[in-house]
Parts: sequence; structure tokens; C-alpha cells
Amino acid sequence: MQHEALIREPLILGNKTSHDITEDICRPIEKAPTKSWWIAFILSAACLLWWVVCITYTVATGIGAWGINNVVDWGWDITNFVWWVGIGHAGTLISAVLLLFRQKWRLSINRAAEAMTIFAVICAATFLLSHIGRPWLPYWLLPLPNQFGSLWVNFNSPLVWDTFAVSTYFSVSIVFWYTGLIPDFAAIRDRAKTPQRKFWYGLLSFGWVGSAKNWQRFEEVSLVLAGMSTPLVLSVHTIVSMDFATSVIPGWHTTIFPPYFVAGAIFSGFAMVQTLLIVTRKVMALENYITTLHIDMMNRVIMITGSIVGIAYITEFFIAWYSGVEYESYAFINRATGPYWWSYWAMMTCNVISPQLFWSKKLRVNIPFTFFMSIVVNIGMWFERFVIIVTSLHRAYIPAQWSMYHPSWVEVGIYLGSMGLFFTLYLLFCKFFPVIAMSELKTIVRTSSLQAHKELHKHAAEHGHSTAPAH
Amino acid sequence: MSNKKYWRSLEDLNDSPELIKKAQNEFAEPIPMDEFLGSEGVSTNSTPRRDFLKFLGFSVTAATLAACETPVRKVVPYVIKPEEITVGVSNWYATTFANGHDYCEVLVKTREGRPIKIEGNKFSKVTGGGTNARAQASVLSLYDEARFKKPMKGNSETSWNTLDKEVVSQLSQIASAGGQVRILTSTITSPSTKQVIAEFIAKYPTAKHVTYDAISFHGVRLANLSSFGKAVIPTYHFEKSEVIVSFGADFLNAWLSPIEYAKQYGSTRKLNEEKKSMSRHYQFETLMSVTGANADYRVGLKPSQLNNALVNLYNEIAKKSGASVLTSKSSPADKEIAKAANDLWNAKGKSLVVSGSNDKDVQTICNAINAMLGSYGNTIDLENHSNFHQGNDEEVATLIQEMKEGKVGALLMNNVNPIYSMPSAWGFEAAISKVSLTVSFDDRPNETTEKCKYVATGTHFLESWGDASPKPAHFALIQPTIYPIFDARQMEQSLLVWAGSSITYQDYVKTTWQKSIFTLQTDENNFETWWMTSLHDGVRVFWGSTASSTAFVGDIASAGSNVNKTATGGEFEVTFYENAIGDGSMSNNPWLHELPDAITKVVWDNYITMSPNQMIALGYSIEREQEAKSDAAEIVVNGITMQLPVYPQPGQPEGTIGIAMGYGRKVGGKLFVNKDVLDNNVLGGANVFPALSFTNGTVHYMNSNVTIKKTSEQYILASTQTHHTMMGRNMVKETTLLAWQKDKAAGNEREMFKVKEHGKHVEKSAEELDLWASEKNPGFDRPGHFWNLSIDLNSCIGCGNCIVSCQAENNVSVVGKDEVRRTREMHWLRIDRYYSSDRAHSKKPEDGKIQMYHELEVPSENPEVVFQPVMCQHCNHAPCETVCPVIATTHSSEGLNQMTYNRCVGTKYCANNCPYKVRRFNWFNYHNNAQFDYVTNNELSKLVLNPDVTVRSRGVMEKCSMCVQRIQEGKLSAKRDGRRLKDGDVETACAQSCPTNAITFGDANLKDSMVSVAKKDERMYTMLDELDTQPSVFYLTKVRNNETSGAHHEEKSKPAHLEA
Repeated sequence: MQHEALIREPLILGNKTSHDITEDICRPIEKAPTKSWWIAFILSAACLLWWVVCITYTVATGIGAWGINNVVDWGWDITNFVWWVGIGHAGTLISAVLLLFRQKWRLSINRAAEAMTIFAVICAATFLLSHIGRPWLPYWLLPLPNQFGSLWVNFNSPLVWDTFAVSTYFSVSIVFWYTGLIPDFAAIRDRAKTPQRKFWYGLLSFGWVGSAKNWQRFEEVSLVLAGMSTPLVLSVHTIVSMDFATSVIPGWHTTIFPPYFVAGAIFSGFAMVQTLLIVTRKVMALENYITTLHIDMMNRVIMITGSIVGIAYITEFFIAWYSGVEYESYAFINRATGPYWWSYWAMMTCNVISPQLFWSKKLRVNIPFTFFMSIVVNIGMWFERFVIIVTSLHRAYIPAQWSMYHPSWVEVGIYLGSMGLFFTLYLLFCKFFPVIAMSELKTIVRTSSLQAHKELHKHAAEHGHSTAPAH
Repeated sequence: MSNKKYWRSLEDLNDSPELIKKAQNEFAEPIPMDEFLGSEGVSTNSTPRRDFLKFLGFSVTAATLAACETPVRKVVPYVIKPEEITVGVSNWYATTFANGHDYCEVLVKTREGRPIKIEGNKFSKVTGGGTNARAQASVLSLYDEARFKKPMKGNSETSWNTLDKEVVSQLSQIASAGGQVRILTSTITSPSTKQVIAEFIAKYPTAKHVTYDAISFHGVRLANLSSFGKAVIPTYHFEKSEVIVSFGADFLNAWLSPIEYAKQYGSTRKLNEEKKSMSRHYQFETLMSVTGANADYRVGLKPSQLNNALVNLYNEIAKKSGASVLTSKSSPADKEIAKAANDLWNAKGKSLVVSGSNDKDVQTICNAINAMLGSYGNTIDLENHSNFHQGNDEEVATLIQEMKEGKVGALLMNNVNPIYSMPSAWGFEAAISKVSLTVSFDDRPNETTEKCKYVATGTHFLESWGDASPKPAHFALIQPTIYPIFDARQMEQSLLVWAGSSITYQDYVKTTWQKSIFTLQTDENNFETWWMTSLHDGVRVFWGSTASSTAFVGDIASAGSNVNKTATGGEFEVTFYENAIGDGSMSNNPWLHELPDAITKVVWDNYITMSPNQMIALGYSIEREQEAKSDAAEIVVNGITMQLPVYPQPGQPEGTIGIAMGYGRKVGGKLFVNKDVLDNNVLGGANVFPALSFTNGTVHYMNSNVTIKKTSEQYILASTQTHHTMMGRNMVKETTLLAWQKDKAAGNEREMFKVKEHGKHVEKSAEELDLWASEKNPGFDRPGHFWNLSIDLNSCIGCGNCIVSCQAENNVSVVGKDEVRRTREMHWLRIDRYYSSDRAHSKKPEDGKIQMYHELEVPSENPEVVFQPVMCQHCNHAPCETVCPVIATTHSSEGLNQMTYNRCVGTKYCANNCPYKVRRFNWFNYHNNAQFDYVTNNELSKLVLNPDVTVRSRGVMEKCSMCVQRIQEGKLSAKRDGRRLKDGDVETACAQSCPTNAITFGDANLKDSMVSVAKKDERMYTMLDELDTQPSVFYLTKVRNNETSGAHHEEKSKPAHLEA
């Protein structure tokens, strides 16, 4: 049990006891879904269905159904892939890095953030699988034993590293997430009134009995997994950035990419967490657990990573000029003033300028504004990938081979559909899984809830010396 | 017969009924199937749940396994193998592609009895191993589904017996009634065919042969008749010309005999240790032609000004030679004319002036200039003249007049399509209805065959016998490479049958050769041996006599005044030109439509070309982004209205309009199913032939009777290149002849990097900074062969013939206009074309650098043009190879960048990482796909595929393989002969077909091979050498024989530096 300083703002509001937490968080699971859930679910499922249509069409006819061409061979597909992988960064950062740094405020948001991570990585993976010319052969990217003789994958290729990085990240994230869910599943099982629920949650909780040994192992495994996940936070997007950085294309061939991509990923990941949680806390009445403090904290992360990304953009321009390389200089001037200037300026506005507004505390705790900003940031981050991929490719070395790229309806459909996939999964998660790690949250209810604060104040007053700040 | 009986048991002996019953079962005991399958059993009607799951599992697995199997396609071996065919080994036959418009002596590669590839015949003294795009593509026309399958009567198929009987009876009837019989053909150079026609005329004395060419050069013949008394087209010797001045003659691509001239011209543009000078070429022209693009000096003039300029040149030369001058007007090109006149005069006897006009008077002035310059007997040969383009416009006009008057009873037509290709003023369509018997000998439908009473279905040249005589003492043979695919009979045979002869045309040709050509030589006495050698070589040349000078007797004064009269011009002047589609007779050939126009790079359409500045002034969009729509204009020429999109063409003077001929066909194949011209997925274009005018005895291809107005319609043009300037980069390195003569490496400065070494800054090339290579370890080892390809940018004329050759050799898919529009053309080899821009990279404008890049994108008003063929560069440090996750693209020890289609999963990373953008992705399945109904969607045209090259499936990457199948074939045949490969044993398709020998392929490890000599040339450079990709393909700098070219490169900002 950690001790929280009284001067800190409480992390749980309302007079919440441990029991209240269980009640509040299990309520949506135990009750019939609400009308708003159904509306959201039907919309998402419709999008998902559209995704199925577009993917089927692509697989049936060939990726010629998209707008990519022999000059711009990657378009929305890889843009979306990197975008989703980037979004998938916040979860692990929150649960692993913040766990190691003992940031307690993560406890209210880590479950949802991790779920978001997993769903985002699934969405990203669909782009990896569908963008290849022969989508029935993606397993050739894995070093599997085969009958082709000593045919191996090309370990020089960043795409192979990418395959390893994304699959490792996905498997570790899912194990980490699931480990955390076990005690909560057990709690739901124990409260279950219907035999089905008892059976399913019993199955999911892996026979958790809540013994001291269980808890000790749980804590240890969490720590070990956090340790394992932490380097992954850095490695995944580093390797994704190498898909570009190891190439010879001006605008891609940049050593700044790894840190810049990681910062960008955290930036967009936190924005997506904001988008989801602002809605979730409202709809599921979790305002006492996900407080303006949490939102403020996440906005600070967004502001800082946004500034890092902004510096990276400016550095790229400086290096393009400083290197004196004609192609490099042109690539960047073309970004800002070429035919795709609008995407560059959309990126700059959304990613560099707008997060600076978060220097104001008033705006950081303003919930509608935060929600708006979280969308803006993700639009900006989508454009960042679009700018890097498309504007670098469309005018590379040979002017005679400069071309334009326009997405087809199928590509747009797949992107919208991937959102359908994401939100369908997230809504199912909200309905069937505890959206807040209740067992973990309970560990701070005695130290950092409003109730605890009051008690501590009383205690302090009785002992004649005040630990509370002077009002 | 014994009654002995063997028995197995007593029951058997006694035939017990129980045993009989048992014996009917296969097994004595019943097999417990039910137990085996499940507790309840399969025989019961109701399937229990467990069994249901078992069945389900079994049937799903079985169905899955069955579905996994690739469908089996059987290969049927020969039951009786033809003697000369070895499966897998190609046979080559020499023949001649002569369709009246084009002429090319070729070798035909056949595999398992089907022709699959055309190559130039190096024995030819005319085309010398060169080809053009139409010659290359002609093999695909053989396998055209649209061809007539049988002889036709009206619109229905008939038999040869019926047709012969009916035609002969009608012919005799007409002849006996005194009706005229006319044979209308395109140019025939064949001695045998001419003799057949003579025999036919002997049988039907009212018959007469009229020659008609869709694209006429009759004016040249008329001018030579009046100038020298010879109605011939002379042989021009560009290779002997040090100064060439052309007035609108696109002699490298369209004028008279372009393959021949390209070959000659190319030889004057070579520069090496031995040959240190090159020709100087002035081009005064209206449109930007391939020839103009190659010129050292090019001046854009309106057609009317072109005539003024020619008269002015005459006057300049006349002043120098002391002849009388003509009255003249000044033209905007007077300065250049004076300069050209000086150069011409200084190179007297080694200079040549040509004009592309089909006007007798213009050609007469041109002849007079050449006569003053002493070209006749030197660079122009009237003795060994050309037999091409015999079309006589006056006779055709007379014929139509006779037809209209009802005098013509029978019209037999071969290889002409007058309804499509004649000026509407002639009224051929009305005239033909007055002819009672009309027969066409064409092998495929066209606008004219539709109107014919009979079609005596002819053969494709690859199915025919015949001969040709491009020049008086030059003979070539045509031999079939395949038995006629359909029930067809070549024209000569039909005429022989109708003339009552029973000889086969094959024997007829042989006899002709025995009688008239065998006798021309004395080296060989045995005709059979001589005949077999002739068939093998394809050509027999008896060029002995040298050209002699002929006195000019033309009436220059009247020619001058006539030209001055016509040289008035209007607000707009239109010029009709020819591109790869030619005269339109091969218009149903998808290879030709997919071949980008050499200058505009537009595919599948014709359009109006106009000066970009004028387009802006008139409100047309000049946006050329690949999905941008072009504004359409309505143009009226000679009363013929056409609606066409307008395309901006730098170098074209204001007030001029260019439109390509040969488009807008309506009948003759699936490509012409023309639903709506503005429907963007359909082959568009308009037919401009009806708008031609006929004056002064010839058909004219320029007209000032034009009105044009913008319409609200928009139309999508597809082009393979939408960006036209080099942006101050150095893809093409350029210099001038003078600079090169001083310094062989002029214009070929390498990009150097500044490196700090021992505290000092030194300059190093990218190669020296290689991370992996050092002096001890040079990076890679090429112990055996090292295949290299050299491209001489100075002799490449940009014609695009290599593109079609590569397409035919490597089974490159045709993807159609809509896909080209999406930048998805599949050509492995492309020709990048750049215009120069007025803005140089280094000039610092006041308004800042950002503005400057945009200005660099705008070509000059009269740009210099450079061409650069680009295929896979076969980098020895290939960026594509390292990024492929599945090792589908690898490097061979012979320097080839290899593509393993089977292994490719299609991540397309290689294409992204290719700095040269040469990789092509199979976005769809391009074969057996109705969406791509061009070549590989029907069994007939699939016969054109090269069996040595895999047809790529959907989802894999492809690119130039340096014709690895040819390398393999060469290696195998050398191995079989027990020798080392010699230089020239292996040639890539592009190198083979190049009419100017700009492309050289070979082994760089072989000392003194052509390619290793080129590699040592100081003009040699590799593209983007600062990336150190170390390509196996290299270029030789472009050298222009003028004062300014490449100047903007010399001023270019200092190369990139790297502080280390």
C-alpha cells in the first residue's frame, strides 16, 4: 500500500468504497446493454460489414482496386497501417512504462488503453495482410520451415523486422492485458447470478481464487511483463520507421525517424485514448474514476509529444537544406508547396500548432475541447503518415516518373471499415469486459480517493498539524 | 470337352442357395461400416449428430483438398514430329514486312510453328536490321480475332468455289460489255505481284491498276519529274550528310523511309575515338516531331512561314552560287536560315535539304537548293531510287470520277481502305455505290470491306509468299512462317485464279526470281542453291552503279511564285502528322495503341496539339496531371467537324494545330467498338483523313481553312509521362560538340562528396565512400560474364520501337488506357522525354527559391528535347534487393537483377525503393480477364506469347530481366558448340531492334566487346551515381552540334557535399 501525499489531487472522486468500485464497474456487464450502446454497436457493425465487402472485393480482383500505382506503390494502406500501429502505442506505454514509474493515475485508464492497443494492432495487421499482392501468402514473411529447400526470409529487409516487431508487440500486449483481467473476471464470476455467466467468466478467470499466492504471482507477472513490454514501446515504432528510414527515397532516408515516430505514436495513442475515454466515462457513468485529472495528465503527454514531433518536422527541413542534397531539398519543398501542400499544412496545423493550446490549464481540463483536440490530433497524425509516404514517393528522383495518387472508393471503404472493426471490438469489450482494472484501482482507494483524503485531513487536524495546503 | 469340376467346399459343390447369396457379396463377412463410422450407422435415414459432424468434417476437408489443386492443363506432344521443329528451339525465317506504307526486311522467330517475334534483317541494305514499332507489332496483327475466317459475300461467309465462280462470271460479263475493271492497291514494289496484275490485265483488257496510298508522297515524285524528268522518290543519304536541313520532314519517324533514314542518321551521330565529328541538323517545322526533337537547331514555324523560310533559304544559297533569287517575304527564322545556309554552303556536296511537304512546288524549290549544293550524286541518288510510296493522287481522283460517271464496272481493292482514308471531297463512298462488282482482298474487316460485295479474304504477310523491291536493284523475299490460320488466300493467288491460271503463287514467285533476278548475277549457277540461299538471307542486292549528278531542269520561277501565293496562312493552320499508328491500317493492334507517342507520351488517342501559351490565352486547361481532364475543342477543317481534346505541346508556334492521322477507325475489331468518343474508357480519337485537301495534283497535309472553338466537353487523355522537365537534375547529361572535342568528359561531371580526411577536405565519389567495399575487397565479384547495357543518348532518337520489341519478347501485358491513366503501364522499357526549361537551377531569382522550383516545371517555348530509354538498371548495389522480405529479387553472379515471380508476395517495397522507378506491378490478373481484353484474353492472340518467358500472375512484381532467356539460349548454344560466348552472340530485344544502334548489350568482362569499349568511354555515366547503386546499365552523354545545349547544366549549383 503506497502512501499518497495529501497535496495531490485525489484520483477517485465521490465517496467510493471498494464495493462501490466493483458495483460501478460490473454494472454494465451485468445489465442489459443500453440504447446508446446498441446504436453505436449497429453503426460500428455496419462499418465492419462494409470493410468485409471492400476487403472481399480487393482480394477477389487484385489490389488494382485501389488507387496506388507504379510510382506510388504505397498509399492509404500503409498510411493506415502506421496510423493504427501508432495508436496502439499508448496502451503499453500507460500500462508498462507508467507502471514502472509508479504513476498511479494510470490505473483508471490502463485497461481501456490496453484494449485499444490490441484492437488497433489488429486493425493495423489487416492492412499489412491486405496490402500485399498475393494476400493468401503472408506467411512467407515468417521464417517457417518449408519445402522449397533452404528458402529463408531476407533478414536484411525491414519488412521482416516489421513482421517480428508487430507480432511480438501484439502477443506481449495481449498476454499483459489478459493477465490483468484475470482477477476482475474472477470478481464477475463470483457475483454472477446466471449459470452461463458463471461458466464463461469462470473459464476466463483461469480458476483465480484470490489467495495471497495468487496475488503475489499476479504482481510478479505484471512486473515482469511490464519490463518486457517497455522496450517494445520503443522498438515497434522504431522498426516501423525503419521501413522508411532504411530506403534510399528522399524524405524517407532519415536517421531522425525512430525517435520521431515513437513520439508521434505516443502522441496519437494518447489522443485516441482521450477520444475513447471521454465518451466511455460519460456513457458508462465513470466520471468519478476517470476524472479531469486523468484528462489533464494525458493532455500534458499530448502537448509534450506534439512538441517533439514539431521539432522533428522542423529538423527534417533544416537537414534537407543543410545537407545540400538536391533531391532531399526538393522533397521537402515539395511537401510544403507541391501538389499535396494541403496534406502537409493539415499535418502542421493539427500536430504542431494545435497541441500548443494545451499550455493553458483551462483548456486541458475542458472536456469538450479535449475531445475535439483528440480528433484533431489523430487527423494530423494520419496526415503525417500520408505526407511521409505519398509526397515522398510521388516525386522522387526521376522527374519523368513523377505522378499523382488518388485513393479509390475501395481504399476509403477499407479505412472506414477498419474503424468499424475497431469500434465493434471496443464496444464488445465495454459490454463484456471490465473497462477499468477494478482490482488494481482498489489498491489506491484507501490512499487517493476523495473519501481517503477527507479522512486523512481529519486525522491531521486531530494531531494538530496540517498537511493540507493553505487555502 | 471334360466335365471335370473343381470345388472349394461341399457347399460350393452342392450349389447351396446360401452360398450363392454370399458369393454375390464382395466380402464373405459384412464389413462393419456402421460401427466404423458411428454408433448409429450411416445407412439409417436420420443422420445422428456425431455422424453429421464426421461427414461434415470429411466433406469439407475433401472439398478443401480438391480445391487446393491447381487446374491441370495438358500439353499434347506431337504424334508425328515435323522434321524442322524441335520443341523449345526456335526457327528463324527471313521475310519482308511491306504493307505499302511501311517497309522492313525482317527475321521472324517461330516457336513450335507459330511466329512470335519480329527482328530486323541485318543483310538488308535498306533497313539494315532496324525495325519500327509497326514492324515489331505486326506479329500481333497476325493473331487478330477480328480477321475474316472465310471469304465473304456481303456480310456472310461463303466458300472459295462460290466466290470464284461468281466473281469470274461477273468479271467476264463486265469485260465483255466493255466496262472498266480497276485494281486499287497500295504501293506494290513486288515484281511478282506486278506481273500477276499484268497477267490479270491481259485476261481482262479493260482492267487498269491504280496505286493509292493513304499517306501520299506524290508531290515528291511530281517535283522530281519536273526537276529531273524522273517521277521517282530518290534515295537520300543522310549518312553522307554533314549538314542536314529539314523543313517539316519527320524523316526519323514518318517521312518516306524512316527506318532507313534513322539508321543513316544514327551513324552520323556516333562519337568515339575514331569519329570525332558529327552531323549538324537544322529542323524548321510546325509541330514538335521526333526529328525536330533530335535536331541541333529547331525553329518552330507556321506552315505558311515554313514555305517563306524555304524560299529564303533558296535565296541565300542562290546568292552564294550566283543564281537568280526569288521574290520572298521575311520569316521569323531568317537568322537561323542564314546560319543554315552558311553551314550548307560550307559543306557543299555533303549536305542535304529535305522538305516534308507534299506540294510539287515546295519540293521543286527543295530540289533546286539541293542541286545548287551539289547534293545530287552525293547525298541524293536518283538512280538507285526508292520504290516506296507510288500512290498517284491524280490517278485516284480520276478513278473516282470514272466511278461516279458509272464507267467502272468492277473495283478490286487490296490493302487500301479508301472509305476511311480518302479526303471526303473525293466522295469515294458515293462513288463506290455506282460500281457493280466490288471485291476486297483484305484479311480483316474495315470501313471499305463493309461496303464490298465480296471479300476474297487475303492473308497476313507472315502467311504469304511474295517478294519486294524497295530499290531497283534490291530484292527481298516474303515467305510464310505459318500456314494461313483461316481459310484465306492471298491476293496474287486470287488474281491468278481469276485470270485462269492454275499455278500456285509460291511457284510463281520462284519462277519470277529464276527468270528475272537469278539472271542478274553470275556467282551461282545452280538456281535451287541460289534460291535456298535467297530464302535464307531474305535479300539479294545488286547495288553496283554509283549515283551520278543530274542537271536540274525544273521551273524554279513558277514554283517560287506558286509557293509565295500559297504562303499566306490564316489565324490557325492545321498540320496532320503521323505517329506510331501510321496510316491507321494497323489500328486494331493494342501494342501500338499502348506505345506512348514519342513526344507527347499520350496513349490510345489522337488529340489537337497547340502551343501552351495560346491554350492559356484561349482558356484551355494545360493541366497534365494524369487524372486531369483535357478541354475538348470543336475544329472544322475543310468543312469537316471533329471534336478532340486539346493537348499543350511546347515548341509549337502559336496559331498552329497538329492532329495525328490514323485514329478514329470505326470498323475492324474490338478496339473500335466506339460507343461514344467522350466515353473515357473507349478508344477515342477522330479520323482526320476526310479533312485533307486535294489541290495542285496532290493531297495536302497542311491546311489554313480552319476554325476552332472551345467546347464545354472534357476528355481524359492518358499519358505515361506527366512531368516534362528535368528540374535541374542530371538524368540526361548533355554537352556540345565543341566542348566534347576539347574535353571528352565534358558535361559528364560526377557528383562528388566533400570528406574530411586527415584534417583536410577532399572530394570523393560515392563509390569511394562505399561502406562495404575497399581496395582490397571491391564489393562484388563477377567471375564469369558481366552483362552490361550501354545506351548512347546521342544516337537514340526516341522512336519507341524498342518498347514494342521488349513487349513482344517478354510477354508484357497491355493494360489499356484507363490503367495507363493510373500510372500502371507495364512496359519494362520506357523512354523518358524531357524538355529544357528557361530557368536554370542556379540562377537565383529575386522572388525566392520556392517559386523557382515551380518555374523549373515549365518547359521553354521552344525547348530542346532529350530522350532517355530507361529499363531496370540492374544495380550491383540494388536498393530493391535488400528490402524484399521474401528474397524474391536477387542478384546473379553475372550482374543481373533477377525477379523470382513465384516467390514474390507483392509487398511492392522494391518498387518504392527503386530510384529509377522501373518496377512494374501486376495490379490485376492481366490474362484471361475480360477487363483487359487486349492480347491475353483470347486463345488466338495468346499464340503470340513467348514460351520462354513466364506470363506473370496477379500480385507479383516484374521488370526488365535483360532478356535473361536470350542470355540462357546464347550460353546453351555456345556450350553445345564447345566454344566461349562471343560478343554479339546474345542481344537483348531492345538492342536488336534499335534502328540507330543506340543500345548495345554485351559482356563487360569480355575485353574489346562493344559494351566494354563503351564503358571506358569518357562520355559514360550511370544515372544517379551519387547513390552508388552501381548500375549495369550506363549511358553515354548527349552531344549537340550547337553552341548552347547543356549550358544550364554547366552552371548548375555546386554538387552535394557531405561533411564527414
